[in-house]
Amino acid sequence: MKRYDAIKKIVESLNDELIICNLGAPSRELYNISDRPSNFYMLGSMGLVSSIALGVALGRPNKTVWCIDGDGSLLMNLGTLSTIANNQSNNLTLIIIDNSSYGSTGNQSTYTSGKTNLETIAEGAGFKSITVIEKEEDIVVILKNLGIGCHFVLIKTKPGNAEVDNVPLLPEEIKTRFMKII
Amino acid sequence: MNVDAAIYKVIKDSGIDLILSLPCIMLKGLLELINDKGEIQIIPVTREEEGIGIAAGAYLTGKTPALLIQNSGLGNSVNAIKSLLQLYKIPVVFIMSHRGAEGEEIIAQIPMGQLTPRLLDILNIKKYIIDSVEKIKKIKNAVEFSKNSNQSVGILLKRELWRKRYEKI
Repeated sequence: MKRYDAIKKIVESLNDELIICNLGAPSRELYNISDRPSNFYMLGSMGLVSSIALGVALGRPNKTVWCIDGDGSLLMNLGTLSTIANNQSNNLTLIIIDNSSYGSTGNQSTYTSGKTNLETIAEGAGFKSITVIEKEEDIVVILKNLGIGCHFVLIKTKPGNAEVDNVPLLPEEIKTRFMKII
Repeated sequence: MNVDAAIYKVIKDSGIDLILSLPCIMLKGLLELINDKGEIQIIPVTREEEGIGIAAGAYLTGKTPALLIQNSGLGNSVNAIKSLLQLYKIPVVFIMSHRGAEGEEIIAQIPMGQLTPRLLDILNIKKYIIDSVEKIKKIKNAVEFSKNSNQSVGILLKRELWRKRYEKI
């Protein structure tokens, strides 16, 4: 399973969740699989996608927010795990697609290819609901049955990007249509 | 009313409803007041750019967020200001204690303290210098400008505001 396959399964699991998506290849792949106004594509500010998702979740307690993040990006903002674990209880799920590489910049290895494992860091930060998925066929059933809560879901994949175009939307378009729909 | 209470009142009256904070000794009283009153949601963050991300997300849901930080954190925030806030035209109010300026005792604060006003200019962030009790009301103008223009603003709280208290120490 590569990231593209994982995102396909995430999309298959969707009900009406808001998606806040990491920059680079993940956003391109999500756009290619299923664009919707309730997708917020973060185009810059590497590392901050989970923080943006937390802000949305705090401001919209009645909606469920799924954040698609990556191992390299999460390693850039590990403090976010403590902040989320201490301030969220209800409506935010971090979905980390861990391909042990900086996919958008040429698949250079991250430390999750070495001694680091992010689910243990999440546990230390205070997350109570932690799930690691290694098989593609498990994604839909797990995501559909998460229920209310603040969840950390890590999907282990191989490196590699799909050959898809850039997100053609302007930043203000992404913002405006997202704000309208939520 | 003391200085902290005056700043608190203007922040609240200007409609700020979410504060992302990191501590500073100059902000100690104000932070305590925000926590004690419990009227404005406040979330401590681990690093300033994380606060910018949370603020951006909250803005998308209609909130009026502010960062309450030390000016040193502006340096940590440069890329997030450019490639998130300004790219998407998301306004955030930066309320910063201005360390490393006149009267600073910690030498490590001085380089960033000296750079801060110029850095705000380079970043195209309108700055509001609050160096006397009379100017505290300008915080409201700053928030209004930010809301109306979709631009972030930088409010620098100067040490002179609390001079009496510092003289006592």
